Order: sequence, then structure tokens, then C-alpha cells
Amino acid sequence: MKTAAVITFPGSNCDRDLFEALKKTFKKTYKLWHKDTELPKDIDFIAIPGGFSYGDYLRSGSIAANSALMSEVKKFADNGGYVLGICNGFQILTEAGLLPGVLLRNNKLKFISKKVTLEIANNSSRFTSNYNKKHIDIPIAHHDGNYFCNDETLKELEDNNQIAFKYLENPNGSRNDIAGIFNKNKNVLGMMPHPERAIDELIGGCDGLPLFQSLISN
Amino acid sequence: MKAKIHVTLKSGVLDPQGNAIKQSLDNLGIPSVLSVTQGKYFEITLEGNDKSKAEETIEESCKTLLANTVIENYKFEIIE
Repeated sequence: MKTAAVITFPGSNCDRDLFEALKKTFKKTYKLWHKDTELPKDIDFIAIPGGFSYGDYLRSGSIAANSALMSEVKKFADNGGYVLGICNGFQILTEAGLLPGVLLRNNKLKFISKKVTLEIANNSSRFTSNYNKKHIDIPIAHHDGNYFCNDETLKELEDNNQIAFKYLENPNGSRNDIAGIFNKNKNVLGMMPHPERAIDELIGGCDGLPLFQSLISN
Repeated sequence: MKAKIHVTLKSGVLDPQGNAIKQSLDNLGIPSVLSVTQGKYFEITLEGNDKSKAEETIEESCKTLLANTVIENYKFEIIE
């Protein structure tokens, strides 16, 4: 993969960090606005950033999931295009139906902002193949990160190796310690932790970088 | 016409906000509260007088946006 795009919604606040992470790895990165009606033709990868799109009105991610550009993102993903949603981006992907389940309010009702240790539950995907260790440290910053799905979906996630990351110590009540999941085809990844905030040793470590490097390798 | 819509969590879905409200009621010494669930209430004003068309519109609105049917149920009534 060579060309990426970051979508900004009203209320996105991690779009610049994500752009910097992509600039460090991809050859070319577009900045897209939610009102755009077309995706650039040459993109291989779309990243949906964290933040509080539309003030988290109604439900986190629900309004953004129905915006003009998201219907193009759905088509892109349905045709096998690679899509990553981080934090609010994960919430948007579940609301858009690109990933199963939903992100509920944290079980202790607090906004949590800290570095957590994740277990890489699947390191054979296009998103995670460059990770050569079992555990990584990545920051989380969310109020609604408590992953929920029904028993049937949970079994499917496990049977199909769709769980990408798990918390070592569950901070928010997520079912089965889930921090990030793939869709069935593994071309869509949603995760609550912020890999784009861990791409420099000076600020927060480098454990997020292999995720972006995985995408550009091969 | 007006639609009155209630969206509530399905049973079995963790409701930390409802639990916190129950805890608070307990702390106030209000007796006999067994459980609390928190939901949402919407009022939507519609043009026209066709009730069955209004029901269709509201059904579609609930399914696509107002409720996330993974975790929520909805019910509504149309008032003429």
C-alpha cells in the first residue's frame, strides 16, 4: 500500500496526529472532509480518526456513520479496501455496520486517559503482521470504549480470529477484554487504543508504529 | 402529525448509567427501587395527514438512526 486518506468530521480531534503517523509511513496521504462526495481514485487505505464527531450526539459515532462520505467508505470496504477506525473511528465503524457490536459507556462511567498494555491476539493480518512481540503499550483516551456484542457474535469473532487486540487489564468492562476487532474479511479494523499517539520515543513510545508499517509492507 | 418515540436498552445489555442512577436513589434513601434503566425520548413533527405513511417514516428513522438495534429497542405512537 502506498496511498492513504484521513477523514475529518466536525469534532474529530486526532486527525492531525493520524495524518502525521501516515506521513511517516505512506508515500502519500490525503486529508478528506466529511462532506466530500468522492474518494480519491488512487487510495489504498482509509483511516477514521478519534475525537467526538458531532459532539457524540445521539450515540457516539452515529451521526458521522450516516454522513455523505461514509457511504463511499462502505463501498470502498465492501470492495476489499483497507479501513482503520481508531477510538471514535471505531465507534463510527460499528454504527456504520462495517464492524459488529457496539461501544457502550465505560463500566465505571469515567473518561479514561492512560497508557495500557495490549495483547496482540492476531498478528497475521495486514494491520498487525509487523508486530514481533506479544504485548505492546498504547494510550487509550475514551468514555465509551466498553465493547459489547451478543454471545453469537462473540463466538463468531473468536472462531474467525477477528479479535485483533485484547487488554491485559480490562479498563472499561469490554466483553472478553476486547480492545480491537476485524471484520470477517480482515480488511477493516476498529480499535479503541490510539496507535497514532505512539509513533515517537520522545512522546509515548513507538509501539503504534508497526501497525502503520504492516500496512505498507508487502 | 407528531410522533412520540421511546428508545430503551434491550434487557441483558449492561447499563452502567442506569445502575449509577439506582445507586444514587438508594443513597437518597428512596425505598423499593429494584432497578433503573435509562433511555431516550424523541418528538418528531411530520408534514401531511397520512398516518400509515407517517408510521413508515418513523419506523425507517428508528431503524436507521434513532436506535442502534444491536442494543436498543424502540416503540412509538403517532398523534394526529
